[in-house]
Amino acid sequence: MLQYILHEKNTMLKIGFIICLLWILIAIFASFISPFDPVKDQNMAMRFQPPGKDHFFGTDSLGRDVFSRVLYGSRLSLAAGMVTVIISLFVGIIIGGTAGYVGGWADEILMRLSEMIQSFPPLILAMVIAAALGPNIYNSVLAMSMIWWPNYARLTRSVVISIKESDYVTAARLMGAGHLRILFAEILPNCFGSLIVMATLDLGNAILVFSGLSFLGLGVQPPVAEWGAMVSDGVTTFNYWWISTFPGLAIFSVAIGANFIGDGLRDYLDPQYR
Amino acid sequence: MLRYILRRLSLLVITLFGVSLMVFLISHLVPSNPVAANLSQSAMSDPQIVAAYEAKWGLDKPLYEQYLIYLKNLMQGDLGISIRTGRPIMDELKQYFPATLELSIFAMIIALILGILFGILSALYRNKPLDQILRAVSVSGVSLPSFWFALVVMSIFSKNIGWFPSSGRIDPRVFSPSGGTGLYVLDAVLWGDFLMLKDALAHVILPAMVLGFFTMGLITRQTRSNLLEVLSKDYIRTARSKGMSESRVIKNHALNNALIPVVTVAGMGFSNLLGGMVFVETIFSWPGIGQYAYLAATNLDFPAICGVSLLIATTYMVINLLIDMLYGVIDPRIRYQ
Repeated sequence: MLQYILHEKNTMLKIGFIICLLWILIAIFASFISPFDPVKDQNMAMRFQPPGKDHFFGTDSLGRDVFSRVLYGSRLSLAAGMVTVIISLFVGIIIGGTAGYVGGWADEILMRLSEMIQSFPPLILAMVIAAALGPNIYNSVLAMSMIWWPNYARLTRSVVISIKESDYVTAARLMGAGHLRILFAEILPNCFGSLIVMATLDLGNAILVFSGLSFLGLGVQPPVAEWGAMVSDGVTTFNYWWISTFPGLAIFSVAIGANFIGDGLRDYLDPQYR
Repeated sequence: MLRYILRRLSLLVITLFGVSLMVFLISHLVPSNPVAANLSQSAMSDPQIVAAYEAKWGLDKPLYEQYLIYLKNLMQGDLGISIRTGRPIMDELKQYFPATLELSIFAMIIALILGILFGILSALYRNKPLDQILRAVSVSGVSLPSFWFALVVMSIFSKNIGWFPSSGRIDPRVFSPSGGTGLYVLDAVLWGDFLMLKDALAHVILPAMVLGFFTMGLITRQTRSNLLEVLSKDYIRTARSKGMSESRVIKNHALNNALIPVVTVAGMGFSNLLGGMVFVETIFSWPGIGQYAYLAATNLDFPAICGVSLLIATTYMVINLLIDMLYGVIDPRIRYQ
C-alpha cells in the first residue's frame, strides 16, 4: 500500500497524505512551534490586530494570537475525529459481525436499531445528545460515537453474511475452529479494506461535525482553542475577517486531506477506477 | 408494488415508534436538569416554584408514565408545549416547515444541475486537467465546514458587495405574506406579485447555494463513476462500432443508464441537507426547522427537541421511500415484490 502511495500517479492521494502528515506533526509539536500561549497570552492592548509579522494570523477580541490558537486547535480536532472513528469502527465491527454471524432475532434487533439512528442526519442527533449530556469535549465525542457506528455495522454485516456460508469457512469449522476464531480470523479480514476507506472518509466528516458542535456552543467551551469555536468568535466580530477565516481554512484543509486519502484508497482497492 | 409500499409504510411506523422512544429516553435520562435550565437563579431557590414547574410538565411522574402520556398525545397530533416559547409545538413546526422546504428545494435544484453537469464533464474528460479540477471542486464540496462557508459567502456577497440581503426570507418592511402555501416564491408566482418574487428569490439564493454545495459534491462523484462504468459496457461498444457519433452514444445510450443511481445519492444528499440546515439557517436567520432544532437543543427544550426530531426523521424516511419507489419506475429491471 505504501508503495502505491509513493509510486502510483495518484496526485490526490499524495496531496492528501502530505496534508494529513503535516497536521499530525503540527498537533504533536504545537507547543514548540507556537510563538504564544493559546489561552494565557491575552493582551487587551493588542486586540483585533490584523495579520502582521508579530502575529501571522492577527489577534482576536482578547488579544490572543490566532496563529498559535490554530496550531493548538489541531490537537483537539484530530484527536476527537480519530477517537470517534476508532470507537465507531470497533463498535460497528462487533455489532455488525454479531448480527451477520448469529442472524435471526439478534440480527433483526441490531439492524432496526441502526436504522433508527440512521434515520437522522448525523449532526441533528449529535446536537440533541450533546445538548442533553451537557456541552464539553468528552460528551461531544461520546455523542458522535453513538451515532457513527451503524455505517460500519451494516458494511461488516453484509460482508459476513455473504461469506459465512462459503466453502473455506465450512472447512475451518470442520477443522474445529470456534465461532470467535471463524468470525475474526476467517471472515472479518475480508472487509478490512472497505472499512479502512470508510473510516478515512469518515474522519473528515467527524472533524466537520465536531467543529460544528463547538461552533454551535455544544462542544468545546471557551477559552480552549478549538477551530469551530474560533469561527464562531468571528461571527460577532465581523469586520475582523482573520479571526474566523484561518480556523475555517484549517478545518477545510484537514477534511480535504482525509477525503483525498479516502478517495485515493478507494481507487486503489477498487481496480475499476484505476 | 402496493404490497411493497404497505410493508415499507408499516416498517416506517415501527421505526418512528423506536425513534420517539429513543429521543424521549435521551432527553429524559440525562444528568442535566431542565428545571435549572429554564428557571432563573432566584426562582430555583424557591422550592414551591420548582415543584409547580415540575408538576406542570409532568417531570415528577415516573419515566414510563411520562412516555405513555407523550405517546397518547402524539397519536392525537399533540406534541406538547414548548418550554422555551410556551406555544404548541405542532403549530410552531407547521409555521417553520415551509421555510425549510423552500430552502431545500432550491438547494437541491442547484446541487442536481451543477452536480450532474460536472459529473458528465469529469467523466468525458477523464484524467485530463478539467477532470482534475472538477474532482477537486467536488471534494471541496464535501470538505467545507458549512458554518464557515456560510459566513464567508455572506460576508462577500451581502456585507461587502451588497448583492443579496444577509438574513431572513423576505423584507418584512415591504411584505407580510400570510395565507398561501408558506413557500414565498411559489406564493409570489401564484399571486402574480413580481416584486415579492424578486425579493424572495434574492433572499433564498445565498443560503441555497451554501447548502447545495455539499450535495453537489456527492452527485458529481456519483455521476462521474456511473458514467465511466456504463461507458465500458458492451452495448456502448456496439453503438460506437456501428458508427454512431460520440455525442449520440452519450446522450441516447449512456446517460439515462448512468443517471439512475444518482437518484439514490440525491436522497442521501437530502439527509445531509437537513443536517447542514442547522448552520445555514442559524447564520442566515432563516426561520426554519434547522434554526428551530438549534434553539430547542441549546435551551434544553425537551418537548420541542422530541417534536423536531420526529419531524426530521419522518421527512427523511418518507423521502427515502419515495426515492425507492421512483427507482422502480425509472429502472424497469427493478420490480418490487
